[in-house]
Amino acid sequence: MNGNSRTRTILIWAILAAALAVPIGAAAASPLLAWRQPVYIVAGFAGVIAMALLLIQPLLAGGYLPGLSAFQGRYLHRWVGACLVGAVVVHVGALWITSPPDVVDVLLFRSPTPFSVWGVLAMWAVFAAAILAALRQRLQLRLRTWRLVHTSFAVVIVTGTVVHALLIEGTMETVSKIVLSVLVVGATAKVLADLRIWTLWTRRGAKR
Amino acid sequence: MTTQFLSRRALLAAGGAVLVSGVSGFRVPAQANGLAATKTMRGGANNYRPGAPIVERIGGGGFWMTGTVRRAGDGAPLASQRIQIWAHTTEGHERDPQSHGATLSDANGEFRLEMPQIVPAFGQPHGHLAYDSGDFKTVFLRPIMPSAQDTSLEVHFVLEPA
Repeated sequence: MNGNSRTRTILIWAILAAALAVPIGAAAASPLLAWRQPVYIVAGFAGVIAMALLLIQPLLAGGYLPGLSAFQGRYLHRWVGACLVGAVVVHVGALWITSPPDVVDVLLFRSPTPFSVWGVLAMWAVFAAAILAALRQRLQLRLRTWRLVHTSFAVVIVTGTVVHALLIEGTMETVSKIVLSVLVVGATAKVLADLRIWTLWTRRGAKR
Repeated sequence: MTTQFLSRRALLAAGGAVLVSGVSGFRVPAQANGLAATKTMRGGANNYRPGAPIVERIGGGGFWMTGTVRRAGDGAPLASQRIQIWAHTTEGHERDPQSHGATLSDANGEFRLEMPQIVPAFGQPHGHLAYDSGDFKTVFLRPIMPSAQDTSLEVHFVLEPA
């Protein structure tokens, strides 16, 4: 590794660390926390952390993080995916403990809050993507088909999560929330384009 | 007569006004005969505690919940109607007993109850109000504050006989 590429590696990891740490740190400084009980605070942070993990996932899938082999990248992608499932479960579970009727309304799609529908959508897509990944060997899908389905769920997860977060007036600080949203959408779009996920469907891609 | 264009802003403002009055009930009985009853809002009854006591003030106060109670149809003000109020505030969560209180409407059908500052919870700064004394049909409301910085919220009940 020469000096230049080492600088580049350090820079990329530093930017990623900042992109994850700033929105979480800003949420930790929210004045709303003073008026919330611990379980509600945990619920909120599980959501913020889940959203931050959505930035790591496409970067690992696309192999954009320097210093990681393709194998290491996929291995980490699986672990981060498992953490994402855990964070979503804690997010919903802790909100349920905080206010059961509100969460029941959300899960039954009868909540008055418009953002909750997007959250539920993203939640089911997270579970579906994870189950699909766990059953990958057994399903014996063609690689391309498997990747297309898994990525389709990822698109629903990213869209649902970003809209969900942007519509919420909560502990996340507005600017850092928007920046994280842009980064998550940008990273996902880049990996979709680079891996030519949609070649099954688009003619132009099929010719390549 | 001057010609006035209906600007996009005016249209938005009018639409917004319709939305607001639709949410909070009709403010003025312009045509009292047709005054429709306020509908229960989705999620309005969440964390409701029946029989909240009538109080001078909920907690330390600083935020005003105000409004009117009127009769459907003729819009007549309804006095001595018990309105229950609860919210996530600086002093407690929606489920906490100390976050709940009730007040009575006066001779003009108006009510006002001081309570702690409402803070955003479950994604929106909102309050909960209930009429459930039985003389009229039960109504649960969940109004959203236009801004979390607001220090008051106005809510209107139009009740129909049970």
